[in-house]
Amino acid sequence: MIAENYKIEISSLKKQFGDLVVLRDINLKIAPGAVIALIGPSGSGKSTLLRCMNLLVIPDDGSIRIGNDAFKFGHGTSLPSAREQARFRRGAGMVFQHFNLFPHMTVLQNVMEGPVSAKNMPKAEAAVLARKLLAKVGLVDKADVYPQRLSGGQKQRVAIARALAMEPEVMLFDEVTSALDPELVSEVLSVMRDLAAEGMTMIIVTHEIAFAREVADIVVFMRDGVIVEEGPAREVIDTPKQEGTRSFLRHFHTRS
Amino acid sequence: MYNWDFNILWSYRWLLFEGTLVTIALTASIVVLGLLMGLIAGLAQISRFAFLRWVSWAYIELFRCTPLLVQLLWFYYALPILTGIEMSAITAAVLTLSLYGGSFYAEVIRGGIVTIDAGQREAGLALGLTPARVMRRIILPQAIKQMIPPLMNQSIIQFKNTSLVSVLAVPDLLYQGQSAATETYRPLEVYTVIAIIYFVVLVPLTAIVKKSEKALRESD
Ligand SMILES: Nc1ncnc2c1ncn2[C@@H]1O[C@H](COP(=O)(O)OP(=O)(O)OP(=O)(O)O)[C@@H](O)[C@H]1O
Ligand SMILES: [Mg+2]
Repeated sequence: MIAENYKIEISSLKKQFGDLVVLRDINLKIAPGAVIALIGPSGSGKSTLLRCMNLLVIPDDGSIRIGNDAFKFGHGTSLPSAREQARFRRGAGMVFQHFNLFPHMTVLQNVMEGPVSAKNMPKAEAAVLARKLLAKVGLVDKADVYPQRLSGGQKQRVAIARALAMEPEVMLFDEVTSALDPELVSEVLSVMRDLAAEGMTMIIVTHEIAFAREVADIVVFMRDGVIVEEGPAREVIDTPKQEGTRSFLRHFHTRS
Repeated sequence: MYNWDFNILWSYRWLLFEGTLVTIALTASIVVLGLLMGLIAGLAQISRFAFLRWVSWAYIELFRCTPLLVQLLWFYYALPILTGIEMSAITAAVLTLSLYGGSFYAEVIRGGIVTIDAGQREAGLALGLTPARVMRRIILPQAIKQMIPPLMNQSIIQFKNTSLVSVLAVPDLLYQGQSAATETYRPLEVYTVIAIIYFVVLVPLTAIVKKSEKALRESD
């Protein structure tokens, strides 16, 4: 049911926590291989939108399609079962601000965990896949150490390899360089740049405006739970049309 | 001055030895079954389903807030009247002590699980693991490390609690001691030896707990 040529389709998505409306009416279509930078002030709902896309947050209303897998939420729909949710999540790889590596597993085991435990892939096969992905993020020599021994940048690269091991349709990045020392940011951004060049569909929540301008195809600016402006990255960042976008970006230009 | 005479007990050595074995076997089974109960009740405590949370809360409070001796008597003498199912003293003892221990283990297990950072669960779910797999592969292996010292402490208490089953005529260490005391008219010697046996078994165990607590502190 690939109705149109989009990889991801989000329609009329709504989410509120108690009385706090966090996503008002989000509509977004993403082409295969597109790199989307999601920017906006703190509390605008960026993380919530990303988390809705792999059901860490269950939306109140609307629908999400990723690849061939679609879910509707809200009135007249029943909550997808735990098993269905797990299957849906395999389509979207998520990388977190604080890495969330599994401390009781080696780097290699971290990367193998998804294929082995979610896909029941034989261990030997998963190990081969994991080593290939660790090589891709430049950490094959760290395969047998525990995450505690890695720098922040190395941890985040392992986390990217771990998500890639599920061979997802799309990768979701939530401020993945915000917790890093400044000198470690570039090694992570460079891995993401490579992924983008390979044609991976990516949604990147970031405050690295220069990186967004360089790597993203589309910039989406969110405020108060709505998409205020979206368009080609350079256009939106260099010549924003909306006053909201302008004042948000001004804050960055004056800072850097 | 009392005239101590331990020689008299020599002929009871095998009886006391058998009693000790019964006590140890009883402890082993109630620790295993209790941990199983505790795991189920502890997981139910953090379940998404309110009904499961409620049932496990009721179970835990019921067993924590009534005396163990009363529970033992109730399961052996009262439950058969209610259900018509007769139980041997051993069965009643194992059942009661396991349920009692489980209510304490449950709190330890729940507490260990909730200390694990929510990001671990999210990372597991995001990979596409089912919630049950996330618990088994990611949360429990990390939580167990912190649970081990308190679980061992609770098991030591359980070892001592087994002495209560002598009221149901289960032939444990204390029960055999009681019969030896009655036959010999030497309660002072008998109960002193009984106390020493409990002590000798438990001292090394508490030392192990101390060591594992220290190891845990140092690993952080
Ligand atoms: N689980 C939750 N329960 C209650 N409120 C929440 C929850 N998650 C997020 N919120 C609230 O929703 C709002 C939007 O949060 P969100 O994390 O999506 O913003 P954000 O755009 O990612 O912000 P930031 O740039 O600070 O990360 C915030 O006010 C936040 O406090
Ligand atoms: Mg956020």
